[in-house]
Amino acid sequence: MERSFIARNPSILIFLACLAGFTLIVTMLSESFGAGIIGTSFLKTLGKTLCLCLVAIAMDLVWGYCGILSLGHFAFFGLGGYMIGMWLMFERTKGIVMTSLAEADIPPTPQEIQDAIGTQIFGVVGGSDIPWVWAFADSLTLQLALVIIIPGLLALIFGWLAFRSRVTGVYLSILTQAMTLALSLYLFQNESGLRGNNGLSGLQNVPGWEAIPQSTVSLWMFWASALALGLGYVLVAWIVSGKFGSVVRGIRDDEARVRFLGYSVEGYKLFIFTVTAIIAAIAGTLYYPQAGIINPGEIATSASIYLAVWVAIGGRARIYGAVIGAALVSLLSTWFTGGQAPNVPLGFYTIQWVDWWLVLLGLSFVFVTLFAPKGIGGLVDKFAKGEAK
Amino acid sequence: MARIFLATLTMTLMLLFGALSATAQSPTIQSILQENEAIIAKSSRKTIEPAIDAIRDSGLSGARDVLEKWQAKELWQRKDDKQFFFARANEDKTYTLIDIETGADVEAVEKNTLKQIKPNSGIRAMIGAALVQFQLLADDPLVRSESLDAIQRDPNATHLPALRGAIDGETDPAIKERKERLLRLLTVQFETDPALRIDAIESLRGDLGVDARAALNPILATTRVAAIDRPDGNPAAPLTVGKDLTEDEAYDLLVAADLALPVPTAAEMRAALSDNIVGGKVGGIPTSQLNTEENRTAAYAALAEAGAVPFFIDAAEKSAAVAAHSYFDTYIETNADVTTAAADVLDAINLKVGASTALDLGLDALSLASIFFLAAIGLAITFGVMGVINMAHGEFIMLGAYTGYVVQQFITNYTVSIIVALPLAFAVTFAAGVLMERLVIRHLYNRPLETLLATFGISIALQQLAKNIFGTQARPLTSPGWLDGALVFNDVVAISYIRIAIFVLALIFLALFLFIMKRTRLGLEVRAVTQNPRMAASMGINPDKINMMTFGLGSGIAGIAGVAIGLFAKVTSELGSDYIVQSFMTVVVGGVGNIWGTLAGATMIGFLQKGIEWMNPGNTLAAQTFMIIFIIIFIQFRPKGIIALKGRAAGD
Repeated sequence: MERSFIARNPSILIFLACLAGFTLIVTMLSESFGAGIIGTSFLKTLGKTLCLCLVAIAMDLVWGYCGILSLGHFAFFGLGGYMIGMWLMFERTKGIVMTSLAEADIPPTPQEIQDAIGTQIFGVVGGSDIPWVWAFADSLTLQLALVIIIPGLLALIFGWLAFRSRVTGVYLSILTQAMTLALSLYLFQNESGLRGNNGLSGLQNVPGWEAIPQSTVSLWMFWASALALGLGYVLVAWIVSGKFGSVVRGIRDDEARVRFLGYSVEGYKLFIFTVTAIIAAIAGTLYYPQAGIINPGEIATSASIYLAVWVAIGGRARIYGAVIGAALVSLLSTWFTGGQAPNVPLGFYTIQWVDWWLVLLGLSFVFVTLFAPKGIGGLVDKFAKGEAK
Repeated sequence: MARIFLATLTMTLMLLFGALSATAQSPTIQSILQENEAIIAKSSRKTIEPAIDAIRDSGLSGARDVLEKWQAKELWQRKDDKQFFFARANEDKTYTLIDIETGADVEAVEKNTLKQIKPNSGIRAMIGAALVQFQLLADDPLVRSESLDAIQRDPNATHLPALRGAIDGETDPAIKERKERLLRLLTVQFETDPALRIDAIESLRGDLGVDARAALNPILATTRVAAIDRPDGNPAAPLTVGKDLTEDEAYDLLVAADLALPVPTAAEMRAALSDNIVGGKVGGIPTSQLNTEENRTAAYAALAEAGAVPFFIDAAEKSAAVAAHSYFDTYIETNADVTTAAADVLDAINLKVGASTALDLGLDALSLASIFFLAAIGLAITFGVMGVINMAHGEFIMLGAYTGYVVQQFITNYTVSIIVALPLAFAVTFAAGVLMERLVIRHLYNRPLETLLATFGISIALQQLAKNIFGTQARPLTSPGWLDGALVFNDVVAISYIRIAIFVLALIFLALFLFIMKRTRLGLEVRAVTQNPRMAASMGINPDKINMMTFGLGSGIAGIAGVAIGLFAKVTSELGSDYIVQSFMTVVVGGVGNIWGTLAGATMIGFLQKGIEWMNPGNTLAAQTFMIIFIIIFIQFRPKGIIALKGRAAGD
């Protein structure tokens, strides 16, 4: 322990410098502070991308370093979004309701306020009672605590069950995928108390910030996302460095051997699984206020596989690889599916990227797994080695 | 009330006619029509009933003819003397009037001297109902049968005597049986003599028909009433406040029975307070403090004291009023013997219905299990035997379904097209599987997690390609006519022929799979390569070729499953992804590497899902959620599945 943690991992400083520089540039180009070249919606896209990078880091930790191909981390991401979404929607509705009730000559009773909020939020699913899951929705502190507690607890219980019975490899992947499907189907029901397939909406309006223009709110959310990404990066880098990280990598490479050496493999796996679930949930908490809406479709099983693919394309077991993969693929997806990419006329047929992007993406997964198993990070390695020689 | 009045009126009229016929000359159709001339000419649905009833009940031979002609707008009235005639249009645009009684031509007249009676659709329906009585005795069995349909659609008390009189003369045994059953149902519903009614109720014991329950249930309809001691009429069960109904509900009953004064609702109370604000205060309480229930009640009480609102009942008074009375469910049917008999018979029926429903549920579960088995059997080969995670398996199912759809575009005979589609779907997906194995999976045999990602890539590419080619709307894959309909055991237990076909198909596949694996050279080599590829290779088996064939076989079966699934589900590009997770679950739960395990897994998942659906009806989403949670827990106890391989074959 002669050298400090940062000194042993110079890449952290490089990454943080890049992130800070990027944030600064975006801030200067944004509408509310600078040139106004970056519009509010693009600023939101960038902010969302940073959140996706954060969840990709979590995925990299659990898969790239610990060897658990979880197909459920986007479910934790979505859960985090639901938790913050409940507060955003409840408080905002409360504000609207209070304004309208304040016009009456008699002040409302607590019961009347509750009834009005219930009708406002649950009218679409044919109800007016506020379900018990919303019990803490009026408190930001408690709801933020739930962001950590609910996904953390779910990951803890699920992981404990799965690791205890030595479910590994592809079986674990299928099991986590089943968990995601179950959660998504559960949220699709109106009985879940989270507005069924309508999901939670209007999340971009942060209660208390009504007077502040969206361009400024978006910038603040962007900063928060950048800060969270930076902290997440340092946290994950710290976890994988040192002895703990070596054990984690050992589990990935040969679980049985690590177990025979006397380490509690299940404990390590459970810790990594739970911590990454919480990181994913935090990323979701920052993502959905920028997206504005969350519904159970977001938690579809394919979303979690995409997450794994981002990490694979970026390069596993390289934290910066996860960031590059997530940023590249999600931004490209936005570009292609947003209809901004130029169509390719072939004479007899015009390739419209809105229709063909998924085909291209799917095939590129195949190419990456076949020909570049180390992803983009592998190219960086080659480049770095070339420099050293 | 209006009905009873009209019925009384009709009976009075009938008596009147009876008296007339006894004293004066017997009535003719014309005379009855003239009696009711005013309402027939007015032709209003609201008032026409006595006229129709009078003709129907006249017992005259011409009654039916008149009603039919009237219904068909062929009844005419001569304007000068208001006599009714049938008429025939002549070529010179005049009309020849025909006497209603004799059928003889009367005279030819200009159209403008006549008025055509044009009953509207409501009246025509009423005439139709009146005609039922004649149709029940018609010579044509088809007409008799149709008249029974008409009664079944809209039964009423007047049909009862008509039907009763129409049974003895019935010659067709099938129609006679229907008539007798319908008579029993009508007796249950409309008979006024309790003894006859109870006999009819008893005769329905064990009858599974929906109509039997529909006839019995209204007898047991109840209303909730409050009473000082015991209600009049036929009480079903006393109710306990706090258990069967809340205090508020009980108080509402009291108010409805005029036993208590209505308590203002929260909204009414608020409005009253709002109306009585004096100088920022209500009843001495500042409005700013009226944001709690207690303060509002206090303010309202103060208003009541001051006389601004009529009265105030506080919670204690309300409770006392509720406690001082008793509450009952009472039957609308007043005869206790009838309700007891109906309740008893209905209990017996419901027991039998319950047993039949369980059987039906079992059949449903079995067919769901065969669907899961069909979807999973290909995976049982690629994943179970070879250990390859093929996320594109669902898309092979979709490919098979679309193959069936394309074949139907060229071959219009559905039977032939399905026979062509099955092997063609196998060929298409076999080729796709072999191609995929050669190009991708072969390179990833020792990296199973990456196979998952690569095949997922293929899956989304194939899905999007299908979307680009076939569009997003669902394409039909029509089953042959002989698969339409259902095998009906009784009114509750039924299974559609398509589901039987899928069950049979699943059995065929099981047999085929077992035959290939246990009795053919290919099966032997597949098992050898699975157990130990190197040893197999040294025995002269080419593992590459075997892997390719095995993967192709698994994919091909997925294609055939796709055709089968497409027959009852809509063919869309998402068809496969709906089944992929369940298919993996089936294989994992059953036990990897064993076809019996897949069968057990499919059976368990099918029965489980239907069972949970039954406990929580109308909510398939919840059923799926709970099923998956159950499976996750199940895996804890049998991580290797229901049927786990033992020894060396288990590998790891």
